[in-house]
Amino acid sequence: MAGSTPTVSEYITHHLTNLTFGKLPNGYERADGTFVGPDGEWLMAHGAEEAAAMGFNAIHVDSMLWSIGLGIIFCWIFRSVAKKAVSGVPSGMVNLVEMVVEFVDNTVHDTFHGKNRLIAPLALTVFVWVLLMNLMDLVPIDLVPELFKLAGVHYQKIVPSTDPNITLGMALGVFILMLYYSIKVKGFGFVKELTMTPFNHWAFIPVNLFMEIVGFLAKPFSLGLRLFGNLYAGEMIFILIAALFSAGLMWMVPAGLLQIAWGIFHLLVIPLQAFIFMVLTIVYLSMAHEDH
Amino acid sequence: MNINLTLIGQMIAFVCFVMFCMKYVWPPIMAAMAEREKKIADGLAAADRASHDLELAQEKAVERLKEAKHEAAGIIDAANKRSAQLVDEAKQAAIAEAERVKLAAQAEIEQESNRAREQLRGQVAALALAGAEKVLGAAIDPKAHADLVDKLAAEL
Repeated sequence: MAGSTPTVSEYITHHLTNLTFGKLPNGYERADGTFVGPDGEWLMAHGAEEAAAMGFNAIHVDSMLWSIGLGIIFCWIFRSVAKKAVSGVPSGMVNLVEMVVEFVDNTVHDTFHGKNRLIAPLALTVFVWVLLMNLMDLVPIDLVPELFKLAGVHYQKIVPSTDPNITLGMALGVFILMLYYSIKVKGFGFVKELTMTPFNHWAFIPVNLFMEIVGFLAKPFSLGLRLFGNLYAGEMIFILIAALFSAGLMWMVPAGLLQIAWGIFHLLVIPLQAFIFMVLTIVYLSMAHEDH
Repeated sequence: MNINLTLIGQMIAFVCFVMFCMKYVWPPIMAAMAEREKKIADGLAAADRASHDLELAQEKAVERLKEAKHEAAGIIDAANKRSAQLVDEAKQAAIAEAERVKLAAQAEIEQESNRAREQLRGQVAALALAGAEKVLGAAIDPKAHADLVDKLAAEL
């Protein structure tokens, strides 16, 4: 957003650009015309092109901080409740937290039949954390970025779950657990599952292996990309509606109505996606525990 | 929309939060909830027991009350009987006393009348003697006629 009034596409691009800290490669020409030194340079990206040029050696500072911040809020709230959790009459925040905990516990009991002390806390963390990240989507999209702009920070994406790194990061975490428990619980059975299903004949081993591995790998990707896609789309619509406000005075009323309608719809999507992410996490781990 | 180190960062953060939750959040909350559940179950059982006890106590109280009424009726009955007996006894005593007094009075009356008769008898003798003296106009030697007079007095 270099000029005083950005075009719509500039506005959208700006909203979709993370605050990126990373290493620019040797000889890269920056936006202000300077060149990066021979060893490359770690710095804040100015704009989407620079962020893209950084490749894998970059970190989305905003996604990371918001995500960790929300995670800390989750831990803090739940820990403070856990510390004063007594068997007496619960009230206020304790009620809310216990409601969530009980809900997660019931879902885990319905889906997961093995014995594993990790699953329920994992599901709780996933659910509340994702829910909090998704809820950031309801904060008016220009509010926080404009405040940060006043403080001199030019890019700010406050919904971590619209960043595929965040959702795929969590999905990969789940994937590693799936691998670990598959091998731990099934042992050789896991190899057999990969090679002997769905066609139980030695001649089909390559076909089976291919299909099973694709299916196995698809799980974390679908898990991560589903959350990302839903939230990204939601965010995108919010940005487009916000852009509509700048289309003229007569667009104000329909844009406002759209904003409300989409907000209400999104209110459904936010907990739903958090719930789906949690349930799929449980289901995948439950599958990793079940020996055929 | 770039895949970069954020992915790894998020994975590390994910592991940390899950471990924190597993260690410090989940167990105490579950423990508290389980304990409360048990407490509530115990409380409900206690309430049930209490209401059952209350029922029993009420039954017992009614029984006691009935018993007490019965007992009271018995006592009143006995008292009535006793009082009737007392009255009867008193009546008997009074009758006996009256009889006794009557007998004493009769005895006394007889005694009195006997005494009066004796006295009268004496006086009559004297009177007869005096009358005879007057009739005869002469002194009668009382000694001479004592026999006669005495015979007369005895006839009275």
